[in-house]
Amino acid sequence: MTAPLLVFFLLAALAVIGAVSLILQKHPIHSALSLIVVMVALAGLYLLMGAEFVAAVQIIVYGGAIMVLFVFVIMLLNAGVEEHTSLSKLAGPPGLLLVVALAAFVAATIAKSGAGVQAAAQTGALSSTKGISEMVFKDFVYPFELTSFLILVAILGAVVLAQREKS
Amino acid sequence: MVPTNYYVILSAILFGLGVFAFIFKRNVITIFMSIELMLNAVNLAFVAFSQALGKLDGQVFVLFVIVVAAAEAAVGLGIIILIARNRQTLNVERVDLLKL
Amino acid sequence: MHSLFATKDDLYITLAKVCVLLFVVLTVNAYLTWFERKVVAHIQSRWGPHRVGPHGLLQPLADGLKFFFKEDPTPAGVDKFVYHLAPLLALALALTSIALIPFGPDPIRWHGHDIYLGIAPLNLNVGILALFAITALGVYGVALAGWSSNSKYPLLGGLRSSAQMISYELTLTMSVVGVLLMAGSFNLRDIIDAQARHPERGILGWNVWPQILGFFCFFTAAVAETNRVPFDLPEAESELVAGFHTEYASFKFAMFFIAEYTSMITVSCLCTIMFFGGWLSPFPASWTFTHYLPSVILIPSGLWVIMDGFHYETLFGRIVLPGIGTAITALGLALIVLPHQYNEFIQAPFWFLSKVLLFLFVYVWMRGTLPRFRYDQLMAFGWKLLLPASIVNVILTSFVILAKMQWGHP
Repeated sequence: MTAPLLVFFLLAALAVIGAVSLILQKHPIHSALSLIVVMVALAGLYLLMGAEFVAAVQIIVYGGAIMVLFVFVIMLLNAGVEEHTSLSKLAGPPGLLLVVALAAFVAATIAKSGAGVQAAAQTGALSSTKGISEMVFKDFVYPFELTSFLILVAILGAVVLAQREKS
Repeated sequence: MVPTNYYVILSAILFGLGVFAFIFKRNVITIFMSIELMLNAVNLAFVAFSQALGKLDGQVFVLFVIVVAAAEAAVGLGIIILIARNRQTLNVERVDLLKL
Repeated sequence: MHSLFATKDDLYITLAKVCVLLFVVLTVNAYLTWFERKVVAHIQSRWGPHRVGPHGLLQPLADGLKFFFKEDPTPAGVDKFVYHLAPLLALALALTSIALIPFGPDPIRWHGHDIYLGIAPLNLNVGILALFAITALGVYGVALAGWSSNSKYPLLGGLRSSAQMISYELTLTMSVVGVLLMAGSFNLRDIIDAQARHPERGILGWNVWPQILGFFCFFTAAVAETNRVPFDLPEAESELVAGFHTEYASFKFAMFFIAEYTSMITVSCLCTIMFFGGWLSPFPASWTFTHYLPSVILIPSGLWVIMDGFHYETLFGRIVLPGIGTAITALGLALIVLPHQYNEFIQAPFWFLSKVLLFLFVYVWMRGTLPRFRYDQLMAFGWKLLLPASIVNVILTSFVILAKMQWGHP
């Protein structure tokens, strides 16, 4: 087994364990921590693929901003341990079935068309940051502007939502 | 090099776990987190294919997904705070009335 | 990524570097507390620590021993896993971030290996982004410590810190964009090299002049990120009874302490690299006589320590202080007497360390001078003043660069 493959399996195991732990943990903070583990593992996988910029952004934005916001809200609302009713326990088995079916479907699809994808996987690391910036600001400039507009709307929405009603 | 298949299968597994968490969990915040997990799984597939095809489009898309996720988190958590303030609970099963 | 360790020797060298850096950082940390207490004391017309060792020089050692031997209670009702994880996380992330800093330009040749000062690989293309990524995760140490303590004040401290960190991280990232635009690279070494494009300009070639706005935004935001005065709201002693680490004692408290001081050092290094030319000398490259400056500073200060030591009250001090002074003087003399290449080699680390020390002094100076922000002032300052200022800086810088490209100035 080569070194990259070993690193891949380590990080993949970390990601899957984190995701399973997200489901099994009772307290939202523990779930949030598990999700952070998944995100850091994914950032490691991006590094392994040579996508350095995406890895850094993944940690800065997902790990450093979005998840901090989650942790902040959990702390602010003092969220307690999750309670399960009989109805929600009922959702477990069908959900599990669905997940297995989904994963099997994707795996089967890949297995069918996998040879072509696998053969192309040798292009090596791209000089990502410069290339990405050129694509974002040239080819994808309209989507980019649209996203910035979306963020503006989201900021306004968050402010309106969080505002206490005047009474 | 790690075959692209492996990455995509891992992505499928993570996405599946995200879907399961979405169905199974009862806390609004955790449900919201499982959406983030699904988005992350999709991002992994994007980067894997971008690398496999030797094009950067996939990575650019990941950036867009991350930005949208950030916007979504801001609005979504605002809504969650409102729910908690009005219903005094975070359990989705207790938030089943259209009117207080 | 895969070629990180080309041979087994590289692996061993890196491991040795990790050990050396760890030792140096922890020692510097310890003496930083001494330095801080002394400077703050003199600002407030006090003596500061002076009982343990001459001039209190052994005080850090005594403090360290105290941390080790204190009882380490775990309060009732804490979330055990997170409670123990939080200080580890804070310390690990702080120490990781300092590993990404390059300390000198030239390698030391040793048995056919080029040993560079600093652990990070030379071609770390996302250098500054990687640093920000690690700093961004650093907030969890504080926030989780506050939450898991199951106590009111720590929870408030944790809440404050997570809100503060998110707010100031934006400014921190935006304010370096100007520097990145000027250097055209994320790599910290490239950023320093970009400031040496005109060696005849010396200090005038540093980024701090064109990026003065960016520098003030960066330093302010960085102070806020390290939870130092005047932004120490998460641990405000007088309001929150030490905030997030109220419930921590003994070595777990020491871990937070070391983490905070290590991130102070990291921030000082970053300021030096991004805005103050890193290891570049402030003098034009043609002034070769300034290469004797390290000796000129070391010899008189060594002599002064010797003179001071002879008059010290205790016998221990009368032995130790002249010893230290002799060592400093000898080092200064050695740089003159020894072959030229040693003196050349010492230049870069000398300037780097001097600048870092200057920033550490500014940190302590601010602690001795400024009162703490109120929480609403903190938020208003961050969002309404600092962030717009850093965005204006980005726009101005890009316009200037564009104009230079258009009208062809070098």
